[in-house]
Amino acid sequence: MASSVAKAAERGTAPGLGNAAFFGVLVIAAAAIFGATRWFGNDYAFFAAYVVVQYIVLGTAWNILGGYTGYVNFGITAFFAIGAYSSVVLYKLTPWMPLPAMVAIGGVMAALVGLGTGYLTLRLRGVFFSIATLALAVVVQTLITNWDFVGGARGAYVLRPKLAPLIGGGYIEYLFLVMLGLCVVALATARAIERSALGFGFAAIRDDEAAAEASGVPTLKLKLVATALSGGFMGMAGAPLPYYVTYLDPASGFSLNYAVNAIAMPLIGGTSSWLGPVVGAVLVGGLQEYLRVTISSAINVLVAGVLMVVFVIVAPQGVVGLFQRKKR
Amino acid sequence: MDASADLLINAVISGLLLGGFYAAVSIGVAISFGMLDIVNIAHPAVILLGSYVAFIGNTVFGIDPILSTVILAPAFYLLGMAAYQIYYVAFERRDDQSLRGLSFFFGILFIAEVGLILGFGVDYRSVQAWYTQGNLDLGVVELPWRLLVPFLLGLAMVAGLQVFLSRTFVGRAVQAVAQDQGALRLMAANPVKIKRIAFGLSFATAAVAGAALIIIQPVEPSIGREYIGRIFAICVLGGLGSFPGMVIAAVALGVIESLTATFFGPSWAPAVSFGVLLVTLAVRPNGILGR
Amino acid sequence: MSALLHVQSLGKRFGGFTALQDVELEVQPGERLGLIGPNGSGKSTLVNCICGTLRNEMGSVSFGGTAIDGLTAHQRTRLGLARSFQLPRPFGSLTLAENLRIPILFAVNARGERTVSGAAIEARCLELLGQVNLADKAHRLPRDLTQIEMRKLELARAMAADPKLLIADESMAGLSHAEVDEILALLIRLNGQGVTVIMIEHIMRAVMAFSQRLAVLVAGRKIADGDPKEVVRNAEVVRAYLGE
Repeated sequence: MASSVAKAAERGTAPGLGNAAFFGVLVIAAAAIFGATRWFGNDYAFFAAYVVVQYIVLGTAWNILGGYTGYVNFGITAFFAIGAYSSVVLYKLTPWMPLPAMVAIGGVMAALVGLGTGYLTLRLRGVFFSIATLALAVVVQTLITNWDFVGGARGAYVLRPKLAPLIGGGYIEYLFLVMLGLCVVALATARAIERSALGFGFAAIRDDEAAAEASGVPTLKLKLVATALSGGFMGMAGAPLPYYVTYLDPASGFSLNYAVNAIAMPLIGGTSSWLGPVVGAVLVGGLQEYLRVTISSAINVLVAGVLMVVFVIVAPQGVVGLFQRKKR
Repeated sequence: MDASADLLINAVISGLLLGGFYAAVSIGVAISFGMLDIVNIAHPAVILLGSYVAFIGNTVFGIDPILSTVILAPAFYLLGMAAYQIYYVAFERRDDQSLRGLSFFFGILFIAEVGLILGFGVDYRSVQAWYTQGNLDLGVVELPWRLLVPFLLGLAMVAGLQVFLSRTFVGRAVQAVAQDQGALRLMAANPVKIKRIAFGLSFATAAVAGAALIIIQPVEPSIGREYIGRIFAICVLGGLGSFPGMVIAAVALGVIESLTATFFGPSWAPAVSFGVLLVTLAVRPNGILGR
Repeated sequence: MSALLHVQSLGKRFGGFTALQDVELEVQPGERLGLIGPNGSGKSTLVNCICGTLRNEMGSVSFGGTAIDGLTAHQRTRLGLARSFQLPRPFGSLTLAENLRIPILFAVNARGERTVSGAAIEARCLELLGQVNLADKAHRLPRDLTQIEMRKLELARAMAADPKLLIADESMAGLSHAEVDEILALLIRLNGQGVTVIMIEHIMRAVMAFSQRLAVLVAGRKIADGDPKEVVRNAEVVRAYLGE
């Protein structure tokens, strides 16, 4: 039956580029961004840009479940940290493993946890899933805090190689390139979903689950697909984190900032399309970086939370929605 | 009596006492989620706000922590009514509770936590009163006052609200709103107004629960998050909207957590509520007393 | 020929309330069955049990000769059992054409008999919308529709699943005389194409014009089943409707 979803026809009416062409455009854009950052020349630009791109991935991942199917995942830190800590484990066991392989493994681990949580709670009303994910963040944090192998509450140190493999330059350039690549994959996936039968099934679930079932939509299976994809991308976004921070402890890996940003950015940008999380991440991430440099880091974490509350009340369709309305 | 039996008895007793306090913490959500179907995940933040009010009253003005929150409960009631009004206009009326309504409360939770960090820092804060130290010696066992007082406070609050909800017109209207809003209109009561009152009440209980919290343990701004899993585990396990079920669930969770902390170490305690919550959702989503 | 739908001693309780008790119902392929009953008699509960929205505690439901009790709602739709909801439940963020696309993608294509894709999907959606006179609003959202148009959309979406059996749950409530005739003609035309139809309705004029056979549900029990003209003369049915 899985094949029926996969082979089900494309939207057909969707205008614009095909999936492959869109992927090509994203690759070119990513290459241009990487080139520009390298031309800019200093490490700070890479560190700052990495954060923004990481949030595009996190926001896109959240939106695949939240925006497309309407199921709210609050346990972003659980999935993100599973990715990060699976890299810590791999770093200790198989230090020779290339980073992209670690990213893939972190993604699979997080996707499996998403699948398990979803299987237990997605038959019920959506709020129960949301509550379960909130609690999931706490329990994964508890497990990792009690796991000495990955440093427990003390945290773990990861030695960042000096030089980037393949491309030369500092290792941060390599980290940024990996995150950019992940971002391209995440965005291409999100847009392909929107244009596919899967995307229509997600929208039907979001609008009316009973009517979706009556129309032949296998709702539980589709919700599990969305949860696994969403959790998987969150895990992948977290996998390079140990190399980025070089010291990872539960308090920072499970920081509520990640969760708030990942939810706030799609809601601010707009949840109905792949573009929303990008717009949200660039706007909010950019603003936060600006405030962190100019005012203080205490204020900058508040920004996402306050903006999110303001947007859900005043502009529920997000920035993208505001522009679309004008177009009509 | 051998040492492990002694440990066991002590763990069960402190778990029971903790359960009464958990009931106080959860009753606000039993009202908002169980009766009004509003998933206020920011409730722990409101409780923490109550704790800091008790802290200020105690350290600055030397007021008894319980007294100060009882005085401030009406202010929390008004705050709750205002919060419901925003929620109603922005989400309930637009029929957008699930995605944006939930995110709204999540944002409030985060803002409250960061606000408290900016205002009070990340240090642990505590209060002083005659019951924050010492034990009630019953010969066989000793009951610490700092657990006993919140236990009694919690049970008194639950009992009081149970009487209010079953005996008064407004209370019965609150219970009716959970069942059938149309029927409520026939009783000439405006459901929005009734829900506003009930949500205010839910906030007022958070003020008292906040005092209980800071009596039991020192607090810091991020502690509220630990209570989210706990509160919702209790409410779901107890069957949404049922006070007796909630008290039983609160006591059960208190005992299980206390046993876990005693025999496996306190760092494992937070995982208990999640386990209970997941098992409940998977096996008995209508709660222990549910059909 | 064996029955297309066979409901055997079906029972459903909600807590202490018995919504359905010992209901027997057979529907032959190609038949037009009317199902009537006072409000709260269990008609919608019966539909929900047949379609898998609710699980029946007692008895069983067979479709096309096989028991379908363990199947989920979407699996039953894929087998060819489609229904419209009494209160229209459109997909609010999708256009009318996209609303019909869902059952085509997930019911018709999932059957594996044939795959409608690309431009053929759009054409099929427009064709179905044309049958309910909504073609001009194909690219509008459901919120732009009147209540009556919503009912038509609901019916069109059920038809889009290419069902063997269509259950129309009060599709005509609130419609004008002419509109009732319009829906009636549509359902009869659909039946002419080989689709078995169960019509649940209060409007007796429509029920009598439509039904080849009429079943009556009162307080969760089937009290009559047979030729429509005889059934409406049945003393028990008259008593249930008019009181003693």
